[in-house]
Amino acid sequence: MFGSAIIVFRESLEAALLIGIIAAATRGLAGRNLWLAIGIGAGLGGALVVAGLTETIADMAEGAGQELFNAAILGIAVLMLGWHNIWMATHGREMAAQAKSMGHAVKSGQREMSALAILIALAVLREGSETALFLYGLAAGDGSSRVSMLSGGLLGLAAGIGAGWVLYSGLARIPLRHFFTVTSALILFLAAGMAGQMARLLIQGDLIRPLASPLWDSSSLLPMDSFLGNLLHIFAGYEARPSGMQVLFYTLTFLVILFGMRWSRPRIPQAT
Amino acid sequence: MKALALACLMFPLASLAADLEATLTIKDHQFTPSELKVPAGKKIKLLVSNLDSTPEEFESHELNREKLVAGNGKVTIYVGPLAPGKYPFYGEFHDKTARGVIVAE
Repeated sequence: MFGSAIIVFRESLEAALLIGIIAAATRGLAGRNLWLAIGIGAGLGGALVVAGLTETIADMAEGAGQELFNAAILGIAVLMLGWHNIWMATHGREMAAQAKSMGHAVKSGQREMSALAILIALAVLREGSETALFLYGLAAGDGSSRVSMLSGGLLGLAAGIGAGWVLYSGLARIPLRHFFTVTSALILFLAAGMAGQMARLLIQGDLIRPLASPLWDSSSLLPMDSFLGNLLHIFAGYEARPSGMQVLFYTLTFLVILFGMRWSRPRIPQAT
Repeated sequence: MKALALACLMFPLASLAADLEATLTIKDHQFTPSELKVPAGKKIKLLVSNLDSTPEEFESHELNREKLVAGNGKVTIYVGPLAPGKYPFYGEFHDKTARGVIVAE
């Protein structure tokens, strides 16, 4: 029971934390909860479809279908997170200062929220399809431990959601003055980490070269299966043995989003 | 723009295949062979076929690889080129029994 709880927890954690961050970062946008619910619901539905199609997807593109599919999802997620951060650099301050141009912010906020709902749907779809497959395997397996394994799975899912909630309420306590800086920084690292994962998948499918492989090995200092290593992996894309290409994807994404945020920041200081 | 840059990066680097193949089989939530010898310094095309009806996830921190294998399914995972050494792997969904190691020499 404990084993299956941990697996489902690990699978659901990434999506739950992403939802926690997005929910916090879009505090105050009109219709946020509805958009979040749409994203999660669509993601869960999609997860079941993808789980059912696992073998079909895996056989596509000469066996690299799974990698291409997940890399595409990560690519879209990176673009949306990057765009969110750049959008926030323009609008975040006026939202924080309760700007008078609320009408404009609300209108463009709807477009922003619908994009983020897609992002959440994709994250839930990716992690959820793996969880669904795992749980399906448990349910199909014979043996008397099935019920305890399944309840372990539910426990793990609850713990994952709990972790997302803790992150959300923690972020919500940050004073408004620093709030967008914190969420933007989190999202920046998250997006760069996803770009790194995208590179790993494309290498695994032999679609691009790894360059140096590995570029470094810090697994004795901070192993991936340690608590801190795992946490840093989820939040900042930490890898103990990354290939050169992963580091290149990571760094490029990080820099492009960062410069985008700098450039789009309003030049004229706003009256407070 | 970023997508374009990434696409530009990918094309000239698309690699040519002339791969060494190795096969792993999953049955009763165990890998066969549990120790797989491969040459160091070569890219390996690893074929993992799952004879169980339940799905499995091939995972290795040492190899930096992770891939789902559907029940009664087959997947390809490219690994390496590897430096000489031992690279443990496991099946995440049954990590008590599904364990093995790739030895590069």
